[in-house]
Amino acid sequence: MDLPPPPAADGRYPAGGLAFPHRDLLGIGHLARHEILYLLDEAERWVALNRQAAKRVDLLAGLTIINAFFENSTRTLLSFEIAGKRLGADVVNMHAAQSSVKKGETLIDTAMTLNAMRADAIVIRHGSSGAVALIADKVDCPVLNAGDGQHEHPTQALLDALTLRHALRERGETADDFTGLKVTICGDILHSRVARSNILALTALGAEVRVCAPPALMPAAVDRLGVIPYHDFAAALAGADVVMMLRLQSERMSGQFIPSAREYRYLYGLTGERLALAAPGALVMHPGPMNRGVEIDSDVAEMDGISLITRQVEMGVALRMACLDVLTRRARGLPGWGDPAPGTEQWV
Amino acid sequence: MIAAPLTITGGRLVLPGGIEDGGVRLENGLIAALGEVAPAEGDERVDARGALIAPALVDYGTFAVDKPAFHFGGIARAALMPDQSPPLDHPARVRFAAQSGKPGLWVHPLAAATVNLAGEHLAEIALMREAGARGIATGRKWIADSGVMLRLLRYAAMLDLVVVTHAEDGGLAGTAAATAGEMATRLGLPSAPAEAEALAAARDIALAEMAGARLHLRQVTTRAALDLVRAAKARGVAVTAGVTPAHIMLSDLATGGFRTFARLSPPLRAEDDRRAVLAALADGTIDIVASGHDPRGPEDKRLPFADALPGMAGAETLLPAVLGLVRDGTITMARAFDLVAGAPARLLGVDAGVLRVGAAADIALIDPDRPWVVDSRKMAASAGNTPFDGQPVQGRATALFKGGARLV
Repeated sequence: MDLPPPPAADGRYPAGGLAFPHRDLLGIGHLARHEILYLLDEAERWVALNRQAAKRVDLLAGLTIINAFFENSTRTLLSFEIAGKRLGADVVNMHAAQSSVKKGETLIDTAMTLNAMRADAIVIRHGSSGAVALIADKVDCPVLNAGDGQHEHPTQALLDALTLRHALRERGETADDFTGLKVTICGDILHSRVARSNILALTALGAEVRVCAPPALMPAAVDRLGVIPYHDFAAALAGADVVMMLRLQSERMSGQFIPSAREYRYLYGLTGERLALAAPGALVMHPGPMNRGVEIDSDVAEMDGISLITRQVEMGVALRMACLDVLTRRARGLPGWGDPAPGTEQWV
Repeated sequence: MIAAPLTITGGRLVLPGGIEDGGVRLENGLIAALGEVAPAEGDERVDARGALIAPALVDYGTFAVDKPAFHFGGIARAALMPDQSPPLDHPARVRFAAQSGKPGLWVHPLAAATVNLAGEHLAEIALMREAGARGIATGRKWIADSGVMLRLLRYAAMLDLVVVTHAEDGGLAGTAAATAGEMATRLGLPSAPAEAEALAAARDIALAEMAGARLHLRQVTTRAALDLVRAAKARGVAVTAGVTPAHIMLSDLATGGFRTFARLSPPLRAEDDRRAVLAALADGTIDIVASGHDPRGPEDKRLPFADALPGMAGAETLLPAVLGLVRDGTITMARAFDLVAGAPARLLGVDAGVLRVGAAADIALIDPDRPWVVDSRKMAASAGNTPFDGQPVQGRATALFKGGARLV
């Protein structure tokens, strides 16, 4: 089938491989603004494809992608698997729960084993911050971070940006970037890699980001990341264009961080009444899986035209297809995506 | 081992009062003469060629007996932390440790304060003193139970043994791998507020004051805790403070990129705290600079940051670190050698660490300006986990004498 052409440079990005001169996708923190936009633009090609009946192309035919998940995951793993398969790659999933694969050299050994199997890309989730970068250092192929500890979850932030961009465009608003957009992220900011990646991506794209959490779940010096911290949910919501709720792990609701789930809902649950404090028509997002009736009420989660939660899942596949496509271009020998330009350190 | 008499001439003596041209004569393992010395008939002779003739370093609080690294760093004595495997909580182990480095390195064991370093039951401290322990240490962790800590300090005061503590409130520190702040937030690392140190220091100072015990806070790395030490000293509490070059030279920025060689305990601090450490070195609040030598191989360090074990191989970089402070004008040369030799020897109660007639003939010849580059792949230490990897430094021990016998 015919694919829409890749985004034209138009002066928006450097030509060829210089538009995304990274071997790996380890975090939003490593990306320049135009590189984030490039991945979002690339993902647009796959949104349309995914809405057709025949969704498979053979762009990555013959390539092997390993999804190595050291931490349990259902939706992210599924999303990456579908993305790889729709591009025609052979996708293998390795479930290595933390309990069976011990830490220590085993992690490096696992990385070397995966490398020896000559994967063309490895998607990794791991429970420790920095673990994915550590593995990336030991393998010869592109590595995609599908979540490392409390550090980053870059594809989630990118798919959230893609979702937001689509929703804004459908309303007739310009959404080349998010300049002036007020986004409130509420929940367990301290332990959330989704929050970190979203803070980095949204601020890079010009949004005004507010984060809201009780003190025990707010990271130190979070304002240094260019966001405005709030403890009072009502104040954080006032005038917000987007409300992004985070999942609260049940083990954090039982006294250590939060007295109880119902007390959390009392202070930070997104109810219809609370949502009315935000700007009219404010959009609601959640990375899933949701604790309905805790951080978000069911009727809010299902509001037509307001809740983008299922749209986020849809955009996740397209965005991950774009990432797999872009990162394997060097292996596939695409013109302009080969060796580093002289005098640059790209591809190192 | 008694070496033949030896006379070193043509050097610059690092004396408590300052630098003086001269030499030193060593006989029967002791310093026999200082200053304008003339070699006696039959003396072995060494020409220092203008090098510093300094007391060999006394490293207070190391985790390994790593002779090649110590000798590279000009260190002739080391106070060994009880965190061994098994811990130094039994007289026989203390006795063994005390002999483990001789003759080239004298190991002064610090006895475990509590059985298995668990912070619950007092270890056999008096028997361990008899076996050669030169102090009592809580180990890598603090003692959480203030009742246990007070009883320990009273017992130590009775035995006239210093208690070496790790000042980090365990409840706040938890499993933290970093100091709470922008860096830890960006990296997504479990972190604890820097105040965990001041809380622990405040408690230990208060209890030591109550018990009339001597207290040594092995690493004081924050402005708040240093202020507490300064105030306690001013009112006459018998408290001393130490630090390692890591907290003198590095802030938490060094943990960027999840570099596990910068995973330390206590964790690296904010730049403001580092500056407070420099000020405390200058004004005398900090008494001792030690290496904290803790060599760890890839099985402990090539891990995700929070999973890696803390510690650094520091014996080789201790000397250049304090010489750097002299070059910067933070401290004088005499004070530098008090930080790394004189004060630790006094705390151990050994007659060493200073150039004085009658003191142990532990001497280092030092070229304070010689440039070299720290390279984790080429360390004398048993592992290369240095946070200073790749850094150009100045200052090397060119010769080392222990008890008058030449080692290097």
